[in-house]
Amino acid sequence: MKTDIRKQDIDVTWQNLNPGTVVTGGATAPEFNTGEWRVNVPVLDMDKCKQCLMCVPVCPDSSIPVKNQKREDFDLMHCKGCGICAKVCPFGAITMKEGDE
Amino acid sequence: MSIRERLSGNEAIATAMRQINPDVVAAFPITPSTEIPQYFSSYVANGKVDSVFVPVESEHSAMSATIGASAAGARAMTATSSCGLAYMWEMLYVAASDRLPLALALVNRALSGPININCDHSDAMGARDAGWIQLFSENNQEAYDNMVMAFRISEHPDVRLPIMVCQDGFIISHGVENIELLEDDVVKNFVGEYRPEHYLLNASEPLAIGPYANPPYVMEAKRANLQALENSKKVMLDVAADFERISGRKYSFFESYRMEDADYAMVIMGSAAGTGKDAVDALRSMGIRAGLIKVRMFRPFPASQIAEALKNVKVVACMDRTESFNTVTGPLGADVRCALYDAGIHAKFVNYVYGLGGRDVTVASLTSVYEDMMKIAADGTVGQTYRYLSLKG
Repeated sequence: MKTDIRKQDIDVTWQNLNPGTVVTGGATAPEFNTGEWRVNVPVLDMDKCKQCLMCVPVCPDSSIPVKNQKREDFDLMHCKGCGICAKVCPFGAITMKEGDE
Repeated sequence: MSIRERLSGNEAIATAMRQINPDVVAAFPITPSTEIPQYFSSYVANGKVDSVFVPVESEHSAMSATIGASAAGARAMTATSSCGLAYMWEMLYVAASDRLPLALALVNRALSGPININCDHSDAMGARDAGWIQLFSENNQEAYDNMVMAFRISEHPDVRLPIMVCQDGFIISHGVENIELLEDDVVKNFVGEYRPEHYLLNASEPLAIGPYANPPYVMEAKRANLQALENSKKVMLDVAADFERISGRKYSFFESYRMEDADYAMVIMGSAAGTGKDAVDALRSMGIRAGLIKVRMFRPFPASQIAEALKNVKVVACMDRTESFNTVTGPLGADVRCALYDAGIHAKFVNYVYGLGGRDVTVASLTSVYEDMMKIAADGTVGQTYRYLSLKG
């Protein structure tokens, strides 16, 4: 059994896939690319962002990382492109663009 | 020394389960498999086994509990019939896709409707595409032997798949016949201890079993399941060879009965194969070159081996104890015809639906199939390729 979950990424071959799609190790969700089903992508305009952090608690995943009380750019490995952050932003700093990148 | 007994098919399966002494049995009663968990729960109550018996509230739960037990690292099994298996349907696929070794004793009974409690293979055929190994039995002896061999195949590291041991409802399950049982310690040594490499209760290796699989993973998971089924063919043969050493009884993908020089071959599964052999014997005594292939391993399907066995016959009659409503063929007929086509064999082919819902299958009715085959050979044409046997009207 392969114990490094990062090797079970979306390019894994059928020969290397863990039997039964078993996920080895604990607390592995951050390592797992669940952003691949995204059809729209949020784009952040840092000049318009006032760091109010309204977007952070409404994200249904954990795709808006915060460091030193400031948000950073989106974690696209986990963002599903739902667009709630763009709706909530009072300053129009987030726009939804078509496509997954 | 083997033990001579007389047991019903359900008693034979329950005896095998007692000798296997699994960690967990979870089951819900349904005719005609009810006796299996009934006998087994008495073994639990009387201290004959160390198993935990889980009296669940449905078959969906029975399969779920068996899956949970297997995922936890236990050797687990269950039994059911007909609508009980249908109610497990969702979880059957999960057991296979999670690659969990476990065993199910299926007592074949018609699926509703019309509602009916008697034998046909419609229940097993509903599970045909679930990714399981399916073995069919001709009589109580084969049901017992298949169950003794089941875990060795299911738990093999190259396989790790659930296995279904099928026997015909009432005809085998409630018919008492002579049987040779193996001694308890012989079975115990043959089956061995189950030591899974990865299991949920291993605190030193955290695992998640049965995760959601996005589109990038599902096809790869199915392909790996297919490979495990392919691998199970060799494992089954190896286990059968070991079993022959302790029992003297020989098993393979199928049994070829008087197939040497046969012109007319019937392909059939389950208890009716025994009836078919009587028909073959009578026809052979009249100088007619009749033969029979009794399929034991239905999933995975031993296509190339069956084609090889049929390569010299004039006419093949494939017998399906189920209706699949494609208006062309039954499931066994489809697989056999596929095997013949791929091997470039152009024997005349006719497919019968027979024995649905407990319709009697007799030496006379199966002899009529051989007479039909002789007529097809004489006429040089098949005519209607999809037929009903013993149908009124």
